[in-house]
Amino acid sequence: MIVVAALAVLLPFLGAVGGLLGPRSVRWAAWVAVVPAAVSAVLAAWLAIGRARVSGTLTLIETGSLPISVGLDVTELSALTGVLATVVALAVQVYSVGYMRYERRYRSYSAFISLFTSAMLLVVYAADLIVLYVGWEIMGLCSYLLIGHWWEDRANSRAAVKAFLVTRLGDVGFLFGIFVLGFGAGSFRIDDIITRFPEMSPATLTVGTLLLLAGVAGKSAQAPLHTWLPDAMAGPTPISALIHAATMVAAGIFVVARLFPVFAAAPGTLTVLGAMAALGMLGAALAALAQDDLKRVLAYSTISQLAIMAGALAARDADAAIFHLLTHGAFKALLFLCAGLVIHRVATNLMSGMGGLRRVMPITFATMTVGFAALMGLPPASGFFSKDAALAAMGEAARGGVLNTIFYGTALLTVAVTGAYATRAWLRTFFGPPAVTADDHHTGEGPATMLWPVVVLAVPALLLGFAVLTPPHLGTAVLSVALSLLGAGVVYAVWRRDRVRDPARLLGPLRVPFERAFYVDTVYSTLFVRPVWALARLVVRTDDTVVDGAVRGSGRTAQGMSGLLRFAQNGNAQVYVSGLLAGLLVIVIGAVVLG
Amino acid sequence: MNEAPSYLSPTGHEIVFLLLGVVAVGAALLVVTTRQVVHAALWLVVCLGALAGCYLVLTAEFVAWVQVLIYVGAVVVLLLFGIMLTRAPIGRSADLNSGNRVVAAVVALATAVVLVTVVADGFRHAYVDLSPAGPVKQGTAEAVGAAVFRYWVLPFEALSVLLLAALIGAIVLSRTDIRGR
Amino acid sequence: MHILYPVVVSVLLFSIGIYGVLARRNTILVLMSVELMLNAVNLNLIAFNVWLEDRLLGGQVLSLFVIVIAAAELGVGLAIVLAVFRNRRTVDLDRLRDLSEPEPEHEGRGDGAAAKEGVGR
Repeated sequence: MIVVAALAVLLPFLGAVGGLLGPRSVRWAAWVAVVPAAVSAVLAAWLAIGRARVSGTLTLIETGSLPISVGLDVTELSALTGVLATVVALAVQVYSVGYMRYERRYRSYSAFISLFTSAMLLVVYAADLIVLYVGWEIMGLCSYLLIGHWWEDRANSRAAVKAFLVTRLGDVGFLFGIFVLGFGAGSFRIDDIITRFPEMSPATLTVGTLLLLAGVAGKSAQAPLHTWLPDAMAGPTPISALIHAATMVAAGIFVVARLFPVFAAAPGTLTVLGAMAALGMLGAALAALAQDDLKRVLAYSTISQLAIMAGALAARDADAAIFHLLTHGAFKALLFLCAGLVIHRVATNLMSGMGGLRRVMPITFATMTVGFAALMGLPPASGFFSKDAALAAMGEAARGGVLNTIFYGTALLTVAVTGAYATRAWLRTFFGPPAVTADDHHTGEGPATMLWPVVVLAVPALLLGFAVLTPPHLGTAVLSVALSLLGAGVVYAVWRRDRVRDPARLLGPLRVPFERAFYVDTVYSTLFVRPVWALARLVVRTDDTVVDGAVRGSGRTAQGMSGLLRFAQNGNAQVYVSGLLAGLLVIVIGAVVLG
Repeated sequence: MNEAPSYLSPTGHEIVFLLLGVVAVGAALLVVTTRQVVHAALWLVVCLGALAGCYLVLTAEFVAWVQVLIYVGAVVVLLLFGIMLTRAPIGRSADLNSGNRVVAAVVALATAVVLVTVVADGFRHAYVDLSPAGPVKQGTAEAVGAAVFRYWVLPFEALSVLLLAALIGAIVLSRTDIRGR
Repeated sequence: MHILYPVVVSVLLFSIGIYGVLARRNTILVLMSVELMLNAVNLNLIAFNVWLEDRLLGGQVLSLFVIVIAAAELGVGLAIVLAVFRNRRTVDLDRLRDLSEPEPEHEGRGDGAAAKEGVGR
């Protein structure tokens, strides 16, 4: 079985190599992208159905202190997440064939997705924290490359660099967290760390997990490091679906869940995680309420939903978090791919340019409705069950302390806001008077390669909740549905009054701060970006005036000195002979005096 | 050699030689400082003549006559022709010295000081008796001729070839109607 | 007779000759100074010949040779001076500057950019 896991990791990697180095044909690139993804999906599903724990070590790398074991370890959690990653990747690859085929750089694009899939599977299946970190960094690299796919536009490359730098900031903490935990446990193997954590001092545990949390916050776009995710929407829409909704951002939550026993032993870390989550879920939901760009709405909604998972983790319920991770992966990928269809049709990201698409795009309408229902947590969609589990866990934890009660209240408030912004996006996109679409050559909904993945993804988005045979918790379920419907109802009431204008006008003066996501970007820019720029300019000026100045100065000095020497080389033979005789005289005097 | 007498009791030879030497040095100074080109040539005649006298005092009579014949006769005439052909200004001209004069004076003075110091140190006690009671004098034309044709024939012949070459070279250089191919 | 006398006279003549070679502008005057130096050497040769009582008369014979060579040198030298004069219309040594390095071009044109950037030609 370990061969199956290894194959699942390696096949997309080979696909990436084949896509990059193979013949320059779109057809070849498409096949070499889709087939490994499909096979990997089947293998991952096989691993998940087998339900047996599979592990194996290829080799042990001696480092002088702690060895690194290159190996895979497929737990139940890994298997489920692996299925999510491969299925979404397959859907995205198929969808991209339709969405990106006429792109000039389709080959590298699909190869990077394959590489990304491989790296994600490596993270999920890794048996060793260092191996996991390798996959983690490759994912970051792929994310950078894919966000910047249309790098000709300066904004896109800036967004890519921003994503890279912000996640890298967290990754520094992540790496050191790995070191702290690894040296504390005497091994980098995840199993060893989980079994040996009682031996570690609480201080080590707290420091190590807090450092890991920095990387998690970066990767999963949690509160202080979340700013890259909305900008990352500059990338192609399938990438937004793949990386920034379903898989990469889930990696952070996955790592916390994978090491959950360790985190559970560090209550301080869990409190920090809970605070981050509470801040992120409500803030991002409010920001989503004011956005006009459909993809940015979904991006902020992703931050909010990931924060709910983090909240469930902080409430010590890893199962609920992973459950929500899976359903969120399904319905958020679905939402993004639907948004891609809509954007493909109307050729704009802005909701003010949409409207009335219900009749033009019935399939998209139906599937996206399923997605929004799951997002709002309405039964029977999958989101209902998973969000209910997460809320129930947080409600359970709320009995334990004031802080947890605040977190729970925030989560409930978030549910209401979620209902509001989801309804707003739904109404603005599909109802109301149709906006003028300049681009009329796109008739119908889109190519079949784009529709099929959407339809296929709609199935788990709708039904995945039933797969986990746990009954919903009645109290929280009623409460959350009621809150969600309340939010939706308010937005609907506002919208009813005027179908053209944005229901976000309800927010009044708060709208601008919400739309700017509470000016976090501005604050970061003032606090970090500008000082760094100033420092960089200082370095450049120092380089120019001091370092280069020294070089230029030495050149000028040499020239000046040579000018002095040239003064003697004036062509007057008498001067030459004078010098000659004077020198001879000095030698003679020296000989006489010394001899 | 034998014990040298004191410098404070000069012999007649020495007095004559010193007088001639002073004339030669003074004329030489005038050669290099005069403002008139032709005067320089004439002072050169005086200087070379005084040197010929010095040779006579030193018993080298044949060399002295050759000096008078070739230098005072031929060379100076040649120089005067050169002056004439290059149309050097006859009469005073202010710019006969180049801007290098100070350096030249320093170098020349230093040379003089060093050499005088060295030779004074080296030849303080060297003495030769020029009185008839001294060694046999060999400066006659007979003695020199015998020496040249007995011992120095080969250099002498080589020198004649050199002279011929110089002669041809001078002719080729000065004639304008001979062009290189 | 003290050998010091002719030797010192010779040294003085030689130094005067050096001064003339270095300080005179007219090429013919420089040639005269060269003759002074040659004669200083001749005086030395004669004096040492007498002092050392050379049976082969090496000093006197060599001074004869020097006189002959000096005459040849002067002939060729004057021919060269005449050729220079024909071509340049001058025999001033400090105006015959073909040995000098040519002036850098940018200084003549006032184009300081190349110098400012510190790049050579």
